[in-house]
Amino acid sequence: MNGSAASSRSASAILTLPRRLAAFRTEGFPLIPIAILMTVMLVALFANVLAPHNPEVGVLGDRFRPPAWQANGTIDHLLGTDHLGRDVLSRLIFGARISVIVGLTVVIVAGFIGTLLGIMSGYLGRWVDQVIMRITDAWLALPGVTFAIFLAAILGPSVSNIIIILAAVYWTRYARVVRAEVLSVRERDFVRLAVVAGCSKGTIMRRHILPNVVNSAIVLATLQLGQAIIAEATLSFLGVGVPPPMPAWGLMLADGKKGMMAGYWWLTVLPGSCIMLMVLSANLLGDWLRVKFDPQLRQL
Amino acid sequence: MKKYIVKRLGLALISLLLLSITIFLLMRITGDPAVLLAEPGASAADLDAIRQQFGLDRPLWTQYVSFLTHLLRGDFGQSFYYRTDVFELYLSRLPASLLLASAAMAFSLLVGIPTGIIAAVRVNQWWDSGGKIFALLGLSMPSFWVGLLMILFFSVYLGWLPSSGSGTVFHLVMPAISLGWLFAAVHMRLTRSSMLDVLGSEYVKLARLKGLPEALVISKHAFKNALIPVLTLAGINLVIMVNVAVVVETVFAWPGVGRLLYEGIAFRDFPVVQATVLLGGVMIVVVNLLVDILYAVIDPRIRYEG
Amino acid sequence: MSGPLLDVRHLSTHYVSARGTRVTRAVDDVSLVLDVGGTLGIVGESGSGKTTLALTLLRLLPPAARIVSGEIFFEGADLMKKSDGEIRRIRGKRIAMILQDPMMSLNPLFTVGDQVAEPIRVHEGASRGSAWNRATELLKSVRIAAPETRVREYPHQLSGGMRQRIVGAIAISCEPRILIADEPTTSLDLTIQAQYLKLLRDLQRDHNLALIFITHNLGIVAKMCDQVAVMYAGRLVEAGPVRQIYNAPAHPYTQALLESIPRVGDNRKRLTAIDGQPPDPAAPPPGCAFHPRCPKVMDRCRSEAPPEFRVADAQTSRCWLSDPTTR
Repeated sequence: MNGSAASSRSASAILTLPRRLAAFRTEGFPLIPIAILMTVMLVALFANVLAPHNPEVGVLGDRFRPPAWQANGTIDHLLGTDHLGRDVLSRLIFGARISVIVGLTVVIVAGFIGTLLGIMSGYLGRWVDQVIMRITDAWLALPGVTFAIFLAAILGPSVSNIIIILAAVYWTRYARVVRAEVLSVRERDFVRLAVVAGCSKGTIMRRHILPNVVNSAIVLATLQLGQAIIAEATLSFLGVGVPPPMPAWGLMLADGKKGMMAGYWWLTVLPGSCIMLMVLSANLLGDWLRVKFDPQLRQL
Repeated sequence: MKKYIVKRLGLALISLLLLSITIFLLMRITGDPAVLLAEPGASAADLDAIRQQFGLDRPLWTQYVSFLTHLLRGDFGQSFYYRTDVFELYLSRLPASLLLASAAMAFSLLVGIPTGIIAAVRVNQWWDSGGKIFALLGLSMPSFWVGLLMILFFSVYLGWLPSSGSGTVFHLVMPAISLGWLFAAVHMRLTRSSMLDVLGSEYVKLARLKGLPEALVISKHAFKNALIPVLTLAGINLVIMVNVAVVVETVFAWPGVGRLLYEGIAFRDFPVVQATVLLGGVMIVVVNLLVDILYAVIDPRIRYEG
Repeated sequence: MSGPLLDVRHLSTHYVSARGTRVTRAVDDVSLVLDVGGTLGIVGESGSGKTTLALTLLRLLPPAARIVSGEIFFEGADLMKKSDGEIRRIRGKRIAMILQDPMMSLNPLFTVGDQVAEPIRVHEGASRGSAWNRATELLKSVRIAAPETRVREYPHQLSGGMRQRIVGAIAISCEPRILIADEPTTSLDLTIQAQYLKLLRDLQRDHNLALIFITHNLGIVAKMCDQVAVMYAGRLVEAGPVRQIYNAPAHPYTQALLESIPRVGDNRKRLTAIDGQPPDPAAPPPGCAFHPRCPKVMDRCRSEAPPEFRVADAQTSRCWLSDPTTR
């Protein structure tokens, strides 16, 4: 078969995976971060089952009820209620869904675009490389946060717009990292063999280069997951992200300001803690993956 | 050297061009620009007037050229809300932003540099782990949440610090810390790695071979050298701080350009939004350019590469 | 004072990995002697432990290294028994060292005078002014033109040759008894290399220094040294007077080295003429570490490490061929 020897060589990069997986058990395995991330995902998935109340509808008579263990709290609203009498626990549970969806989709879309452009830039070289890298450089020079806010202000608040905006801001890193990887991979034997065997450029990029750069992209995606979640929360907090009355954590913090001066701490502390816990877990996992998979990425 | 600077200058221009084109196109493509540019609640006649004024009926590229020439003349339009020239408005808000950014920078360096050095000198000990945790927390807590927590604790419970506004040093403390928090973590990481680099250098080895006390080796021979990349980055970060201060300025009602952007969005004052983003972009592109040139002057290796 | 200036006995330095699972015997049971004003060449491939040996003498090792055994008698006193403060007062004052890359050993942010005066100020408590005067004189003594202006300049303003001379000036600033020069010629081109060797020789003569010369270049050793010690995988495989060893090398490794002598000025980092690779210092072969590459290998070499045999007056060899009982 055309280029079968070549493809079996590149497959060996994947075959080494079990050995790498064995390394998972050794040192500093981030068990707690993974457990937290898994929990958040499960909560997001089963939000309808887990949430005791409708997150978007409240009873005005129950406004600013404190968590159950404080005076005036009720078991019915375990973590209290907000300024519209909505159940904080239910909002946090549904908020996990928004954070997970936005965070994952952003890193996947950005990772896809960036990896695609990075592979093309690195493998095709010449003017393709020049054009893509000049655009990447120029894009990197733009102020990310401000630019995202601007885009959000124009496009208007919605979950899908947030995803588009953040993906548009975050793809550049992948392009840079993947391109650098491709430059070294393309000189390896199995790629040369595939070229000699007459594989088309598309086939080589898809079957021989992609499997070898995908690790780096995954590490980067994990590291950026936290950044994407913070960015979403920031946009939502400013009122240009997830539109009310949806229960995004950033939006809850914005609402929480209304009760802050009266000392209604739970509206500020709880959503922020959720963000921090999730971002911290993603960062710890990403750091660990980076050291395990990709020592070259350490200085990122 | 000259070739390198010209190349960097070209890249910077492309960045600026890309920024202006993106902003221009986004405004034209996403709906009726006249609606964006008009005051909220403008009549049909007003909209027509705006279409005339901006030549929205003409071809796209002529529109872009006139858009660009206006910008180059410093004409960013009029604010609907403040009824003044947007560029002047921006300049009037800039000092407050710079004050906040400087205070935040001072905080981040005062925290980041000592902790970074301690972490580097006592590698893999308790201090280093402590430093890592601090850096991770810095990267994992949204700055506005840090601000909200501080308001809750220092303003609401303890009543020590004002929760918003400006004017006194006390007003500056919490915004500066919440803005500087993330950067303290960043500067700590960089100080640590830069210090580790320097500690492995030949001249530090020689300093030890000379029989200098370890305290002198670190405070004299390592410290100054390790600080150079940190301070360079701090220069860039000062500009970045001005531009990412939007949330913090919003939380503390600090009257800087970030707050201006937020108001622009809240009041649908589109010329203000557009100008803030454009000028912020210009600032960042220019600073990146200056840093690249500065590096080329310092480090001869870059010159030959160009 | 009677007795040798430096007498090293059974010195071993090991590197221990972070988790303590891997031990690298960088220096293994090394004994050597250096007389007042003498010149000792330590020869070996990269990774043979030469630099670690030098740093062990100064007790200036990276955190992962441990001096596990041995004694270092310097002027009659064991350096291993000295406190950190005492050893620090010996470094740079009694025993000085020049690093592999003299071009990179000057701190770019301080003036030449400051860096030359530093050891004088630290070790002798000299005032800033008098230390600077001494620095100027030192620059003159290493033949730097216009020393009064050079002291105020920064390293990047000087040529490579001048920087080396300045590193030399720093080394002799406190009139040390021993100067260790670690591969001082690897990074230099031919002319500068010759100049530098001459400088070291002049310094030695003018200041009655004992010189320890670490190199991979046997040709340089022949020119510079009166004693030579050959290192392989952390051990001294052969040691003795230069002339004796060059005329009658006892160890097959020394023999191979001599056959492949690069001429002075040859900048090859490794001696490529010997077949095979130097051993991984973390996992040396059993028995004699040289046996996989040795042309005269015997069965015994594969399992048993040879002890030090005395082959002639003042010449020792770690090779079973030198075993007097079998010869």
